[in-house]
Amino acid sequence: MTQAKSEADQGWLRRAGLVIALLGAATVMVPIAWMISTSLKPETEVFRQPIEWLPVHVRPANYAEATTLIPFWLYFANSLVIVVPVVIGTVISSAAVAYAFARMRAPGTGAMFGLVLAGIMLPGEVTLVPSYLLFKELDWIGTYLPLTVPAWLGGGAFNIFLLRQAFLTIPPEHDDVARVDGHGFLKILWRVVIPQSWPAISLVAVFAFVDTWNDFLGPLLYVNDQDRYTLPLGLNFFKDVYNTQWAHLMAASVLALVPCVVVFFLAQRVFTQGIVLTGRR
Amino acid sequence: MPDIRLSPDRREALAAYVFLSPWAIGFVLLTAGPMLASLVLSLTDYRLLEPNRMAWVGVGNYERALAGDPLVWQALKVTAYYVGLSVVLELVVGFGLALVLNIGFRGIGIVRTIYYLPAVISGVAVSLLWLLIFQPSSGLANAGLGLFGVAGIGWVYSTTWVIPAFVLMSLWGVGRAAFIYLAILQRIPTNLYEAAKVDGAGRFRRLVRITLPLVTPAIFINLVLAVIGKFQIFTEGFVISEGGPGTSSLFYVLYVYRNAFRYFEIGYASALAWILFAILMALTAMVFWTGRRWVYYEGERSATQ
Repeated sequence: MTQAKSEADQGWLRRAGLVIALLGAATVMVPIAWMISTSLKPETEVFRQPIEWLPVHVRPANYAEATTLIPFWLYFANSLVIVVPVVIGTVISSAAVAYAFARMRAPGTGAMFGLVLAGIMLPGEVTLVPSYLLFKELDWIGTYLPLTVPAWLGGGAFNIFLLRQAFLTIPPEHDDVARVDGHGFLKILWRVVIPQSWPAISLVAVFAFVDTWNDFLGPLLYVNDQDRYTLPLGLNFFKDVYNTQWAHLMAASVLALVPCVVVFFLAQRVFTQGIVLTGRR
Repeated sequence: MPDIRLSPDRREALAAYVFLSPWAIGFVLLTAGPMLASLVLSLTDYRLLEPNRMAWVGVGNYERALAGDPLVWQALKVTAYYVGLSVVLELVVGFGLALVLNIGFRGIGIVRTIYYLPAVISGVAVSLLWLLIFQPSSGLANAGLGLFGVAGIGWVYSTTWVIPAFVLMSLWGVGRAAFIYLAILQRIPTNLYEAAKVDGAGRFRRLVRITLPLVTPAIFINLVLAVIGKFQIFTEGFVISEGGPGTSSLFYVLYVYRNAFRYFEIGYASALAWILFAILMALTAMVFWTGRRWVYYEGERSATQ
């Protein structure tokens, strides 16, 4: 095979690859585009045939109306009240635990780390029912405590694992220098380890935000007062009550997803690299 | 007072236990404790509405689940169908896409961003979107198929099409798997390909002889995680089809949820949860066990990573 032919071959392959990749990206965008398009249509034009990608009559009022059909901003605030302590608790407690696993020697830590790894594989559904009974015993049903407190107790097996791996890549000499200066473990974690692990820390924070914001099963079990609904519960309620008002339903859904998209774009680089590095699903 | 001061080693160990204590408390109260509790509860007839009356029933709940409750088998069948189809398709499409992306071109950053979007938007809002798309009369899916002369698919309102509809939804997020595979592909040293080229190996031969053996560890880990993850589908089934039509999308976790929180049969639901746990452990063990035969490890290093 001559060099020229090989290069032509390469160019052809590259173009075909580009076309496939772009087609794939377009396919991913189709549902999102449809969601936005529908959210701007009058209800009577949602199911028009043939389909209209661009609304013939643009109706931005759907958005304002959607936020009053259900108390959208109340649910938005409720979601925030849960998400903020979860993100903070997840980051703090998983960083502390991961730091101990990465840097400190004590009898039994090896076995404990084994338990952490086993926890990654554990399907949460197994503990669903007894956890509910525990929170019921504590009289926490109807409060946000079952949704927020667990984040402060270790921050999740996967996050501990992820941060431990990140901390292990920091040269131990950096700690030693700080230790010689008389700093304790807490100060070393805060001043030396965390500043060098921002990508991993922000990855944990973004995952915690997105997962908690979109969580449905947790609030479904533990929140029963309608004034305390989170956004996913509110959207599901919206569907049950106004299930034919698709344009308004899509407007509310778009608004509900905006925070996740914003967080995603802000932390995009660490996010995509992090998923690749860790294989997190 | 030098006598009561701790040695540095002791001090370090003490500090370690303090740092680990949140996790230890969480592990005991939220993982190990509940697991044991659910194992014990699964051997009783405990009901949420009659908390004072609880009798020991031995393996009765397990017998009932596996021999006396056809819905358990229906739930297992439906879930296995969904998991099997979506995991295999994700593997094939994701790996194919990774091979394409590996060619490398400008603008891959934008493509990557778009492929990742489904990973951050999920749950109820996206389920509602798919419910709109799968409306049989004039939803987007059927409007698109209409262009090819295909008409009248009932999607989530049809016992035949409801699971394929869920598989399509999960395939929407295949880009993530593709980029995981891509990262693995890009770790393969290029000199291996150069050497093979010098030896006269063609493109296909290089794929089968170099690429595939080197990416099998990644495929393997991804397979395990995909099976565990997809087995837990709940929100979509709850919001979109409510297990229907009939019981044709009665996913397993949905059935556990109903028994626990709609029928308040805590004992029975605990047994169902343990059956799920046993199945996932068995599947994981099986993938690991067969994996030893087809997974190629690059020396000892990647095996312990």
